[in-house]
Amino acid sequence: MSFINYSSREINCKIVYYGPGLCGKTTNLQFIFKRTNPNQKGKLISLATETERTLFFDFLPLALGDIKGFKVRFHLYTVPGQVFYAASRKLILKGVDGVVFVSDSQIERMEANIESLEDLKINLAEQGYDLDRLPFIIQHNKRDLPNVAPISEMNNILNTNGVPWFEAIATQGTGVFETLKNIGKQVLIELKKSY
Amino acid sequence: MINADLVMYEDEFEKIDGELKKLCQQANAKITFLVDKNGQLIASAGDTHDIDTTALASLTAGNIAATGGIARLLGEKEFSILFHEGEKDNIHISIIAQRVILVIIYDQRSSLGLVRLRVKKTSEILTGIFEDMIRKAEEEKDSGLNESPFAEISDEDIDNLFR
Ligand SMILES: Nc1nc2c(ncn2[C@@H]2O[C@H](COP(=O)(O)OP(=O)(O)O)[C@@H](O)[C@H]2O)c(=O)[nH]1
Ligand SMILES: [Mg+2]
Repeated sequence: MSFINYSSREINCKIVYYGPGLCGKTTNLQFIFKRTNPNQKGKLISLATETERTLFFDFLPLALGDIKGFKVRFHLYTVPGQVFYAASRKLILKGVDGVVFVSDSQIERMEANIESLEDLKINLAEQGYDLDRLPFIIQHNKRDLPNVAPISEMNNILNTNGVPWFEAIATQGTGVFETLKNIGKQVLIELKKSY
Repeated sequence: MINADLVMYEDEFEKIDGELKKLCQQANAKITFLVDKNGQLIASAGDTHDIDTTALASLTAGNIAATGGIARLLGEKEFSILFHEGEKDNIHISIIAQRVILVIIYDQRSSLGLVRLRVKKTSEILTGIFEDMIRKAEEEKDSGLNESPFAEISDEDIDNLFR
């Protein structure tokens, strides 16, 4: 549900980073924030607890450039991963144009990944969306850690529909912009289709 | 309807912009602005240059979403008016046509009573404008007459954006 303003010639799209607690969603946004020109970005807003866990959401507005004379803005959001923030996760999915599912590659987090992906599907369905029909990609994060599941297993379990996927080490920025580019493109292609 | 894309053309924007300016003056406010429920700024009026309106818009929508969650827990449909009081500045927030949020920031030069009175009038006018806008967008989509520049987006355009 993008917002197109013919008067100010702007188009705004909403992209949500979803995934279990501590998988690296906030780290993705922090890296994007660090590496974009000041004139392309707004403030990175984090509504976090004292221990820096995301409480409500992180928000980063990005203005990457123009298409056909329209300024294209991406609004990036993360959701809080912890189970007890289910209500706020639902709210953030409102009006979403594209979803990045960030998985935690550590073997012991596989269960949490599966649960979070289920939760995503349910919450989207409640808002009237179908994950199969939404721009959607998966980022397998924390590939630098020693105890990670093989990438083939990650995809077998989490990516049953074969959507685009990326390996990432968000703390070092590996795969972060690749992920953003891919979802951004998908959102714009979808927009082109629907108008 | 509520989930439809929002498409705003020049004349609609001018009407909305005009209403916001008028409200700002008549309510003696510092700033008035409109936000989509998804957190995207639609228009603003008044003294906005010292303020990060993009962030303000996102947080306002988050605020409305959270309060909406509380409302549902209590069995209310939504709280259609919110009010925050600060030491100097106050914020009055209300929902229009179920999908846009009207925000007024004001200080001691105005009062809650005055703001409420003016908001009521403006709300009625804005509701009309937005309902027309949503209806028009639906009709155009159905008829396929919508000549959008986005139909012409090429892969190259998209690639260029992400260089
Ligand atoms: N080793 C490693 N740690 C990471 C990676 N990405 C994030 N982290 C760490 O994981 C923790 C949680 O990250 P955060 O972004 O807050 O997770 P969120 O709950 O999904 O927002 C932080 O300590 C990050 O530094 C990664 O790719 N590799
Ligand atoms: Mg976080």
